Amino acid sequence: MPIRLQREDFDAAAEAAALVGTRTDIGAVVTFTGICRGAEDGAPIAALNLEHYPGMAETEIACHVEEAQARWPLMGVTVIHRYGRLTPGENIVLVVTAASHRQDAFAAAEFLMDYLKTRAPFWKQVEHAAGTQWVEARAADDAAAERWSTQRRSRQAAE
Amino acid sequence: MKIVYFAWVRERIGKPEEEIEPPAGVVTVGDLVRWLAQRGEQYAYAFENPKVIRAAIDRSHVTPDAAISGATEIAFFPPMTGG
Repeated sequence: MPIRLQREDFDAAAEAAALVGTRTDIGAVVTFTGICRGAEDGAPIAALNLEHYPGMAETEIACHVEEAQARWPLMGVTVIHRYGRLTPGENIVLVVTAASHRQDAFAAAEFLMDYLKTRAPFWKQVEHAAGTQWVEARAADDAAAERWSTQRRSRQAAE
Repeated sequence: MKIVYFAWVRERIGKPEEEIEPPAGVVTVGDLVRWLAQRGEQYAYAFENPKVIRAAIDRSHVTPDAAISGATEIAFFPPMTGG
C-alpha cells in the first residue's frame, strides 16, 4: 500500500528499501521524515495530538500522489501519516519517492509535503503545561503549496 | 444531510457530527455557514470568522459558492495543519 494512515510508528529505512525492492532501474530515492519537535515558538511541549478526517485524508493524499506521478516520472511513492498523540522525537509523516534521477525524486517529495501541509485534512493540537492549543496554519505553508500551481500555470502558458 | 466538524470547529460546537435539514433558501456552503451560525451561541462562536472556515462536500474540498444539493456529508474545519 503506497498510502497509509496509522497510529503506529513507521521505519523510514525499511519503507525505502521496500519501495526499491530488487529493481535496478531506480537511481534515486528521497526519504523525508517529519518529526515532532520538543518546542513550539520557544515553549516546550508535552505532545502533539493529530486529528484527521478518515476517508477524506486517504483520498486527498491519493489525489496528490497521482498528480505527482503525472508531473514527474516516478518509479514509486510511499506516504505514511500518523495520527493520535505523538510525543517529541516521534515520527509524524513519511514521504518516499523513487525515480531514475534525483531531480524528479526531490521535486516530487517536496511537492507532496507542501500539499500535505495545506490540503490533507489533518489538524495538530499542541499539549503543553498550560493546556492545549490548536496549531495555526502558517502563511508560509500556503505560499509553498501555491508555488506549485504557479509553476503549472506558467508551464501551461508556455506550451 | 450529515454535517461533520473537526478540530476547534468541533470543540466550539460541542459535537463531532449531526443530521440537519436546512430550509430551502440555503443553497450554497456559504449559505449553510450563515444558517448554522444563527443556531446558537456555540455555532456563532465556531463560525464567527467564516473566512477561515474550510469545507468539504462528500470528502472533497469546496469553496463557499459550492451548491449543497445532493450532498451526503458536509464537513467544516479550520485550515489544515498536517505534515
